[in-house]
Amino acid sequence: MSEPHELTAAQAVEAIAAGSLSAAELFDAYHARAAADRAAGEGGLNCFTWVAGEAPSRAGMRVGESRRPESFRKPDAFAGTALHGVPLAVKDLFCTEGAPSQSGSRILAGYQPPYTATVVARLRRAGTPLLAKTNQDEFAMGSSTENSAFGPTLNPWDRERVPGGSSGGSAAAVAAGLAPWALGTDTGGSIRQPAALCGIVGLKPTYGAVSRYGMIAFASSLDQAGPLTRDVTDAALLLGHMVGRDPCDATSLGFPHEILAPSAERLDGLRLGVPEELSGEGIEAGVLDAFAAALAGAEALGARIEPVRLPHAAHALSAYYVIAPAEASSNLARFDGVRYGLRAADAEELIDMYTRTRHDGFGAEVKRRIMLGTYVLSSGYYDAYYGRAQRVRTKIAEDFRAAFAHVDLLVTPTAPSVAFRLGEKTADPLSMYLNDFCTVPMSLAGIPAISIPCGLSEGLPVGLQLAGPAFSENRILDAAYALEQSLGFDGAHARV
Amino acid sequence: MERTRVSEALRTPSQPPPGGSIKKDDRYEPVIGLEIHVQLATATKMFCGCELSFGEPPNTRTCAVCLGLPGSLPVANARAVHFGLMIGLALGSELAPRSIFHRKNYFYPDLPKGYQISQYDEPLCRGGRLGEVRIHRVHLEEDAAKLIHVGSSGRIHGSEDSIVDFNRGGTPLAEIVTEPDLRSPEQAGEWLRLLRSTLRALGVSDVNMEEGSLRCDANISLRAAGGGRLGVKTELKNMNSFRFIERGIRAEMERQEQILRGGGEVVQETLHFDPASGAITSLRSKEEAHDYRYFPEPDLLPVAIDQQMIDAARADMSELPADRAQRYQRELGLSADSAQALSSRAALGDFFEAALAAGAPPAQREPAPPAQTLANWVAVELASRLEDGRGAGGDPSHSRVTPQALARLVAMVAAKRVSVGAARQVLDTLLAEGGDPEAIVQARGLAAIDGGEELAAVVAAALAANADAAQRVREGNAKAIGPIVGAVMRETRGRADGAEVSRLINEQLGIT
Repeated sequence: MSEPHELTAAQAVEAIAAGSLSAAELFDAYHARAAADRAAGEGGLNCFTWVAGEAPSRAGMRVGESRRPESFRKPDAFAGTALHGVPLAVKDLFCTEGAPSQSGSRILAGYQPPYTATVVARLRRAGTPLLAKTNQDEFAMGSSTENSAFGPTLNPWDRERVPGGSSGGSAAAVAAGLAPWALGTDTGGSIRQPAALCGIVGLKPTYGAVSRYGMIAFASSLDQAGPLTRDVTDAALLLGHMVGRDPCDATSLGFPHEILAPSAERLDGLRLGVPEELSGEGIEAGVLDAFAAALAGAEALGARIEPVRLPHAAHALSAYYVIAPAEASSNLARFDGVRYGLRAADAEELIDMYTRTRHDGFGAEVKRRIMLGTYVLSSGYYDAYYGRAQRVRTKIAEDFRAAFAHVDLLVTPTAPSVAFRLGEKTADPLSMYLNDFCTVPMSLAGIPAISIPCGLSEGLPVGLQLAGPAFSENRILDAAYALEQSLGFDGAHARV
Repeated sequence: MERTRVSEALRTPSQPPPGGSIKKDDRYEPVIGLEIHVQLATATKMFCGCELSFGEPPNTRTCAVCLGLPGSLPVANARAVHFGLMIGLALGSELAPRSIFHRKNYFYPDLPKGYQISQYDEPLCRGGRLGEVRIHRVHLEEDAAKLIHVGSSGRIHGSEDSIVDFNRGGTPLAEIVTEPDLRSPEQAGEWLRLLRSTLRALGVSDVNMEEGSLRCDANISLRAAGGGRLGVKTELKNMNSFRFIERGIRAEMERQEQILRGGGEVVQETLHFDPASGAITSLRSKEEAHDYRYFPEPDLLPVAIDQQMIDAARADMSELPADRAQRYQRELGLSADSAQALSSRAALGDFFEAALAAGAPPAQREPAPPAQTLANWVAVELASRLEDGRGAGGDPSHSRVTPQALARLVAMVAAKRVSVGAARQVLDTLLAEGGDPEAIVQARGLAAIDGGEELAAVVAAALAANADAAQRVREGNAKAIGPIVGAVMRETRGRADGAEVSRLINEQLGIT
């Protein structure tokens, strides 16, 4: 039999159900791999900010002694659950009681929330114990996981390159086989882009499908939790246990139907729209080649490829970089040193305490976005920036509605390039922001989209994005599954 | 009427300004608008499931949401929306089919999220009127936490430590904003009392100013009496009693008038009135005013109001004080004062109506007591006795007097079977012990003495015993009759009718 970590999550679930693998054995295997990465320090990928068993207060410092969560000490703790104890890596920004939840920020270093995010609690009840917390860009602001107070995460395909971001720790951990699957969050592409750059599957669900309660907010009207997995089947399996209305999140919605395991082999009759605006200019040649090959593959499966227009997509990134910072500037106001997290020690008085705490606690990118957001909401500028950005957002949603009148799904490259080098874009925020230009329009429209690996360019994975109307996750997963089967992408190269 | 009085008060002699641009007889009138914060008496907070706090130990009524912990999200309290609609209906406001919450951003330790969730340009209710004052809007928001400054100064500057109690944080508030329709401090106080009794009748708030469940800010400016351009306004913050509101507004009017008469300009600013010293101090001027960076709260959906919700709000409303007062005047012919006294406190009005319905028992010979007499007994005699601590928080239904008993007693008074003085004694007994007034009158021998032989004899004896006073009355000093009447009342233990006693005294002294 293969090593436990070589199984996909769905295969592991089956193996445990069949009795050929024990949940404890699986947990130990992953725990050893995750802990080794953590212990390796700069010699590792730096996927994690905490691994199960560490004293929470030692977050960001070193690996602890004990291993298994309390529940494993009871025999058959996860027997009878749907996911049979297949462990889960969770992005740092999800609140998890008993484990640090720091959102990649110094201002929350060592912070232990007194409650657990709804989606994490749901998944635990479904049978996924917490394996580790994963590294991320600070407050999910970034596309490379370089903006973390806990150091950058490296891409397992090439350690001189970034894994993408902001859910880079989750993506790299799954790609490297350090976790069977992981939770990420996507605000403008933070699940899909790192999934693309790490050669795995990442799904951003319909806005409202998954509760945001307990997710440390970046931009409330855009943030959405989703799975990062080795394949499409795992994504569907995890998503099925994530969705559902949460009375603690007023913006959450009941998912109108069950998430099904994807099974399509053909794409006969499926109309796939290729938006001109997101599949040409600004995208690397190698990425476009892999994309074209994937489209040919889809046609071979019976899909009809049709060009479509998203006339306002060109303005999506501008609108996004008004709306997201505006919400963030308000969401991050609570980090004031009064109740939790960092507080500057030697402040003279209140304003001084606020200023120093936030000066010391936030990184450069977070400060940049707080200032940007504060500016666009200021009196006299609101209409010109925030008001106009909201109107653009409405136009983009209308573009998608119009497109979906003609096609079933849209298909684009996920990211304009393969994984770039560490430090390559840190000095130029705008070039970093451009990473999200294929993913941001779907975020603004609140519609679901998946990224699946569709080939290699320069030996690095290329992602293909499939997007559909709100709550079309099953259709997206089915199409992604059929393509995945025909493309036969092999991600094993990245395993540590 | 109030208008005249205040204008008079303002006509204080003062130096004419240099240049004499204001003539000596020029007068100012104040233009006053109020902003009232009403803590809603819901079971739980505005955006979380914490119970409201009533003096519990600090920070025991808190959760992730009202502490603003990372990752927590607000969910709007449906009951608070319901109460907001009831207030809107009571004030005749237009209820917005769709209203939204905004974030009001500023940093302060009593504001855990760094923003207050409030309503901005799409409030729950717009317009309306209560009495003579137009309503601008009513909106919902959350209360801030309570800051306690440890140290000598008692304020955040110079304190050694500041501690925060988050129990109050997140309590639902309705903010009611009036148009600037008030023209005197007294009128402001009077109107606020009407608002308070209206809110009390709705049952949406405890409306206790001392405990902060009703808080009032006033916007004040002066302009030339009788109209003209509005002056620069100032905002007087958080006055926590009716008396302080009237005093605070008056003090601010005087301050502004002094500035204007000195040729100066009033600066738009937020002010604090210190009731102890009477001083007005600046909290912040407009130059340092916050830019609150309002934007729609993305964590909440718009509040959508449908007919069902409006019907439910209407169904929960009892008769409002203004309507009840009108009904009492129109249908029962009560005086305006009595009608207002009985309607501003629902418990008194309810008791009055129960007594009126009870009337006189059929066995008695006298007719039911007249409504006005009964009103006086409830609003004056009974109410004052309940005020002085003898009855159940001022609520007569919690006292030992039943509406039937009071109706019977008042019927006896009206039929002159019991004098007013004796009836007061019976009421005291009823409050202390309960019981039937007829029986008490019998048992204590308090039945009125008719104007017959018996009373005439008592009067004659009293005249003899007070010969000096009798002489002065004869000489035309009508006031001298007092001691003689007093002697008769003492002798009869209050059972005699005062008017009849006076008549007999005058008769026996030969005065007609």
